[in-house]
Amino acid sequence: MLMPDAPTTTESLPTSVDLAEEYQASGVAEILDELDRELVGLKPVKQRIRETAALLLVERARRAMGLSHEPPSLHMSFTGNPGTGKTTVALRMANLLHRLGYIRKGHLVSVTRDDLVGQYIGHTAPKTKEILKKAMGGVLFIDEAYYLYRPDNERDYGQEAIEILLQVMENNRDDLVVILAGYADRMDRFFESNPGFRSRIAHHIDFPDYDNGELLSIAESMLSRQGYRFDAKASAVMGDYIERRRCQPHFANARSIRNALDRARLRQANRLFEESAGPVDAEQLSTITARDISASRVFAAGEPSHKETTP
Amino acid sequence: MRITQGCFSFLPDLTDEQITAQVEYCLGRGWAIGVEYTDDPHPRNTYWEMWGNPMFDLRDAKGVMMEVEDCRKAHPQDYIRLNAFDSSRGLETVTMSFIVNRPENEPSLRMTRTESDGRSQHYTWETQR
Repeated sequence: MLMPDAPTTTESLPTSVDLAEEYQASGVAEILDELDRELVGLKPVKQRIRETAALLLVERARRAMGLSHEPPSLHMSFTGNPGTGKTTVALRMANLLHRLGYIRKGHLVSVTRDDLVGQYIGHTAPKTKEILKKAMGGVLFIDEAYYLYRPDNERDYGQEAIEILLQVMENNRDDLVVILAGYADRMDRFFESNPGFRSRIAHHIDFPDYDNGELLSIAESMLSRQGYRFDAKASAVMGDYIERRRCQPHFANARSIRNALDRARLRQANRLFEESAGPVDAEQLSTITARDISASRVFAAGEPSHKETTP
Repeated sequence: MRITQGCFSFLPDLTDEQITAQVEYCLGRGWAIGVEYTDDPHPRNTYWEMWGNPMFDLRDAKGVMMEVEDCRKAHPQDYIRLNAFDSSRGLETVTMSFIVNRPENEPSLRMTRTESDGRSQHYTWETQR
């Protein structure tokens, strides 16, 4: 444990705790600010994180004052469409819980079904345990958790992994936090068929889709991180692109944007080769123009109202 | 007879808290930790039974303590030790080793002399229960 246990003698207990001071001292403020700055949108998620932080701070204050306290169960489920930032938030969450002293190390172990479930009888338990041991003191992030359970196959080893997970989630609440993530509808079905999970997970956080404006600002911040920028026209075209892309199949929010930007950079590089006769300057090298985006097949696929168009 | 080998063996038995602290120290230096057990603490018995593979990439001592618990449950009357492996020389070298579990009645070591050619003597040790 990072924090010393509450002193047993009554005279040494503080009679009041300044929550604001605790808040500053724990470094939580920093993380929450960072969250606000770097993650666009996700209002309900940020709200939940803030609430969790408040709860843990109060819990800590109660402990410091010798009031009865029971460590809250913090296992979570993140549901949302692809590309809505579940993994990113999980990373921040690990950091936050560490600052609040709820977990000892604050690392994130990200796994999928393959890392937990074995190939043959007797392979699953050691495999799952190994992962759990690595995750001790941190956060275990299980992506697409519903694949653990295959209702069509009774003898699937996923069930065994689920049982071990449940047991550890119950017995080692102080040692690790488990976050299950996946798409909303399939997660719901998964929880229905595994009531044990549902009851052990107190926090269900839903990640909403980004709206077009948010996606555009995500695009801009992604580019600036890579040292690129849109020129004035490109920004408008990108807004148009996002609107059209949303109506096409396999739209994955921020992930689609990232891929689109990667392709735009590709076209930009190609354009520079074809157009430039003389030397190019830094300005040219780092500007994405409208042409680089409008060459996308998304614009060829028709108006955004035609939802059935295939890419 | 109290067997003394590895670190800390002249001290009173480590409590779980102290073991955790030692494991934290090892993990902090990037060492991997293996759990081993045996019923024969003879000094020449170098290779004890392995309780699973050594654990790499752990971040927290709890993972090791879980294995120690399991091993204690399965072998309460055996010796259990933790080995810490340092890989910085390009091969896994045991840098630290200490006993975390002892049987209630420890066997004793008994020395036997045998006479051989001329008047020379040979000494052997054997564990006796």
